[in-house]
Amino acid sequence: MADPKPRVKVPKKASKGEVITIKTLISHPMESGQRKDKEGNLVPRQIINKFTCEFDGQVVFTCDMDPAVSANPYLEFNAKVEESGTFKFTWVDDDGSVYETENKIAVE
Amino acid sequence: MTFTRRQVFGLSAGAAAFVAFAPGLSFAATDKTDAAIKEFTGGATPAEGTVSLDTPEIAENGNTVPVGVSVDSPMTADNYVESVLILADGNPNPLVATFHFTAMSGVAEAKTRIRLAKTQDVIAVAKMNDGSTYIDRKEVKVTIGGCGG
Repeated sequence: MADPKPRVKVPKKASKGEVITIKTLISHPMESGQRKDKEGNLVPRQIINKFTCEFDGQVVFTCDMDPAVSANPYLEFNAKVEESGTFKFTWVDDDGSVYETENKIAVE
Repeated sequence: MTFTRRQVFGLSAGAAAFVAFAPGLSFAATDKTDAAIKEFTGGATPAEGTVSLDTPEIAENGNTVPVGVSVDSPMTADNYVESVLILADGNPNPLVATFHFTAMSGVAEAKTRIRLAKTQDVIAVAKMNDGSTYIDRKEVKVTIGGCGG
């Protein structure tokens, strides 16, 4: 499998105290563990089970995911920004892999 | 003999899944769903209102059904939504996802895309920081089931 690519949409600028919308998507098959291959064998489960969004080290939003989340898991949520800083996004895979990306925001 | 995808669902979901679709029992849930709600609320029965689910009435493709949830809360440091549990009553495993919010979320809203094996109820249960819980459910008609291949 190709390395999952995280994609994140964060506004570059916001005004102080504004509630911004963040959209994230990561390419990942989210193998549910329910599916069978051509030979009839169960395909083992491999999903991203946890997502975290932090802002300068403080947790903003997290999500525990189960196999019922679609492939290429998409998440949209909000954050209230009071000052400029960096959003850090983390996805944790069943096999222990961790995928990360960061986005800066300027608050005026 | 080889099982088709639909037969596999029938077997794994078990008889309990069919109870939920009996007419007139729109608010009955499967044992698995009930157990998941009880575990989440700590045994309490959640009240209706406050939390609202946004789902399509008809999903043509059960592999990716957009689901949104919003909770009416000021989201301040001492009055906020802790988490929202999303369940799909008719899936082999009803657990879908749990959103955890903080006061920094600003508003308690989130969207994702989920898999639905067949026409069924999607359920959202919200837990406030004071421990109170709320529930909402919406039926989604699924034309082509997800979860499979």
